Parts: sequence; structure tokens; C-alpha cells
Amino acid sequence: MMEPFLDPEPIIEVTNLTTHYGSRKILNGISLTVSKGEVMVIMGGSGSGKSTLLRHLIGLEHPSAGSIKLLGQDIGTMTEHDMTQLYRKVGVAFQGGALFSSMTVGENIMLPLREHTKLDQKTMEIMVRLKLEVVNLAGFEDLMPSELSGGMLKRAAFARAVIMDPVLLFCDEPSAGLDPVVSSSLDELILRLREALDMTIVVVTHELESAFRIADRITVLDKGDILTIGTVDDVRASTNKRIQDLLNRHFEEEILDPDAYLARLTGEPEGMLSQS
Amino acid sequence: MQAADRSLPTLLQKIEGIGHVTMKWVDSLGFGTALLYQSAFWLCCGGRRKQQVRLGAIVSQMMEVGIRALPIISLVSITIGLMLAIQGIDALKDFGAEHQVTYGVALSVVREFAPLITGILIAGRSGSAFAARLSTMMINNEVDALRVMGINPVRFLVVPSLVAMMIMVPALTLWADLVALLGAGLYISTDLGISMGTYIAQTIAYLGTDDVLHGLGKSFVFGVLITLVGVINGSSVTGGAEGVGHVTTRAVVHSILSLILADLLIVFLLTR
Repeated sequence: MMEPFLDPEPIIEVTNLTTHYGSRKILNGISLTVSKGEVMVIMGGSGSGKSTLLRHLIGLEHPSAGSIKLLGQDIGTMTEHDMTQLYRKVGVAFQGGALFSSMTVGENIMLPLREHTKLDQKTMEIMVRLKLEVVNLAGFEDLMPSELSGGMLKRAAFARAVIMDPVLLFCDEPSAGLDPVVSSSLDELILRLREALDMTIVVVTHELESAFRIADRITVLDKGDILTIGTVDDVRASTNKRIQDLLNRHFEEEILDPDAYLARLTGEPEGMLSQS
Repeated sequence: MQAADRSLPTLLQKIEGIGHVTMKWVDSLGFGTALLYQSAFWLCCGGRRKQQVRLGAIVSQMMEVGIRALPIISLVSITIGLMLAIQGIDALKDFGAEHQVTYGVALSVVREFAPLITGILIAGRSGSAFAARLSTMMINNEVDALRVMGINPVRFLVVPSLVAMMIMVPALTLWADLVALLGAGLYISTDLGISMGTYIAQTIAYLGTDDVLHGLGKSFVFGVLITLVGVINGSSVTGGAEGVGHVTTRAVVHSILSLILADLLIVFLLTR
């Protein structure tokens, strides 16, 4: 269900992605495509597999089966050197910020420039200040991460994620644990970044309001399967019961037969109880 | 019959447990070897990949591991020197051989006490700090953040510490040699009524270059072991703050154990 105004060039192509944690299956062969310039929101409840999907998309985990292509390259077959080159074009804003606690905010944001470019110190400082202006944190470069609030940490993480002007930006739960005002300012920030820097943005979130506000398309994940991929209106109009449960915050109780319930409580395998 | 049925799974579980522990140790050994190989690679070829190991990072680690440990190493070394002198004179007095104490003290300090005590102190001081830092970074996704920035964590975090340990643990051991011998000299010269000059001359005469190199060589191995054990434990962290505490303690215990075992192995191979 492609939006007509979007550039059809795929930036992310996921094909039949299957993943396991130990013997537990997390994602059941999912496929999705993200087009250039699109804001794709991956939504789902806890345990839906959305964080696992993100970790695979950014190459931190290896899938049991299936393939992931970022910017046309299959990350499963790439060498570490090629991955390093690819990562220069990708930014990731982690949930808790993941700023290095031993460095100042400015040094944190400057790190990718220092490691990947040969710019002089003065230019790098200007670039850091520019990005801090974009995320409304001007003047905070000399503070340590421990001196920032949760919302400021996330904004600083955004600044670090976009310092290299990436083509593709991933955001993990940008509004989790923040008050509604700060959370909506982060939504605005994502939209502004897309407009100003023409990025493709993938956001993983469980916040409905935020998802509806920023998304071009939404992927709804549930228990490792994709329930739907569509525009905000498509998702709202969906007749799928699980999607409607998610939208209406309806909790579905697991139905268990009495024997299985008893077996689970006692920790004995089912069937043993009736014998003893 | 029922009792036998019940004991069977427990026996199997125990065997399975032994298997798991063995697998974990083999896994750690493999991880340690891979870390060493990767560290050597980044140190030699990092520049070609435009990912140099920063000299600044090595120097700051050397400050932390080495220079800041000087006071505690000095204090412990002088105490060990004094203690060995007191014990040595007391033990040799029975044979009327107390003048031989310098020989015993010099050899035991340079070959065994200084490297081992320095290693244990650095394991407690820097090995634990390293494991705690790395595990906290793992939990806060900082290591993942490094990876997705295209910065290799081994090059950025491990190599500076490894190089700093390789240089500073032998350097501190040499310092511990000097301080411990000085401490012993102070007691011996006073107790036996010989001049400090005579004591120093005797020490130099008794000690060969190979004795000093034996101690320094071991301390180099200890430096590598402390770093690797710190990294292996730090990166295996699970859970939150409790996990950090757990791996930090484990890092210290494992490093000290590995130092003593490595010491035994080296002594066995080199002195038989």
C-alpha cells in the first residue's frame, strides 16, 4: 500500500525475516519495505517483537532466516568494513539515549565526526552547535549526560544520530517515559528532521498518539507477525480485532483450559497431575 | 522404583550442568583468543581502515591504571619488603645464617612477590573498574551505539586498556621491586648492622638480569590476563545494576585466579 507521493526507491527491504532468542521464535518470517523519504512507524505492544525487529534492522543481531537490505545492500552478507561504511549513512537514536557517560554532551555528539572525518576541531564544534540548535539544546554542550533530564538525553541522542547527516534514521521509543509536552516536541523534531534533512525515518513505538501524528505508514506487529502495513487512516479503519484491541487499549485475556492452568501453576508437565 | 525415577533426572541435570559450565569456559577461552587477535589487528592495521587506536586514549588509561596506582603499590610493596626481611632473619637465625637473608629476599621479591602482588592489586583496582565500566556501557546500549556509529568497540574500548596494561603492569612491577627491596634493606641494615651501601651491593650481586626479566615477563602476561578477564566478564553482563555488581566481583575473582594459575604454569615451565 504505497503512498503516491513517495519516491518508490526502497531504502529498507526486509524479506521473510525469522528470528529466535534461544529456542523461542520472536519474528515469524516478516517482510516489509520502507521507501525513500518515508516515516515508517513500527507499532506493537510489549513482546510483539518490535524492538527485536529494530535490532535486526540496524545489524546488531543476525536473523535465523530471511534477509535485510539497507540502501540496497544485504547486511547479512556484508563484511565488517562495508558495514562501517554503511553505518556512516545511518543514524540511531536509542531509547535511553545511550550517551557515553564519561564524555560531555558536545563530545558525545562530536564522536562520529572525530572518528570518521578529518575536519578540524573548530568546524566540528560549529557542526555540534548547529545540531544542538536543531534539537533545542543550544548551550548544553559542556554538560555531562548525567546532568540532563530524560527528554534532554533523548534530544541529545537525536543530535548525535544526525551529526553525519544520515540518509536513514532509526528511533527507538522516542516518547517512552516522557510527559505529553516533551513527547510531542520530539514528534515535531522527527518531522522537522525529515523536512530539513530529507531523511527516511523508522520509529519504533507503542505510543498510539505519537505514531498517528508522525507516520506516513504504520507497521503493526503482534506476537512476531505483521498484522497490517498501511497509512494512518488504513490502520484506524482496520477491522482486524487485534488492531482494534491495540487502538482501544482493550486487554485480551488468555483462555486456558483448567488442566493446563493447574499444570502451569504446579510446574509439573500436563498429564502428570492426573496420574498422581 | 519411584525414587530411582526421580533421581535419574537430577543426575542427568547434573551432567548437563557440567556440560554447560565446560561450554561456557571453552566459549570464554575462544572469546579471549578472538579479542587478542582483534586487538593486535586494530593496533597494527587500524590506520589502514581509517580507524586508528587513539594515543590519547592509551595515555589516559596509562594514567588511570599506572600512575594513580603508585601510592597503593608503594605502600604494599614497602610493607611486603619489611615483612619478608623480618620473617627471613627470624627463620635464618636458627641456623646462624641470617646474613643470607638478602639473597632470599632479593630473589623472592623480584621473581615472585612484586609481580604477583602488583598483579593482584591491579586486578582489584583496574580489572574491576574495567569490567564495571564495560558492563554499564553494555546495559545502557552504549556499546551498541558505538557499533552503529561504525566504531569498532574492541578498537575503541579494549585496545587502549590492553596496551596500557601491557606497559604499566611491568612498569609498576619494576617500581614494586625497588620499593620492596628498599623496605627490606631498611630493616636488614638496621637489624644486622650492615650499611645500606653493602646491602645494595649484595642485592645487585645476587640478582641476575634473568631474575628481573622473569618477574617483568610474568607481569606482562598478568596485564593481558586482567584486561581479557575484565572484558569477558564485563561483556557477559545480564540484568541491571545487580548484574554489574555480579560481573565486577566475578572479574576480580577470575583475574586473581588466572594470575595465580598462570604464575604456577610459567614458574613450572621456566624453572624446572
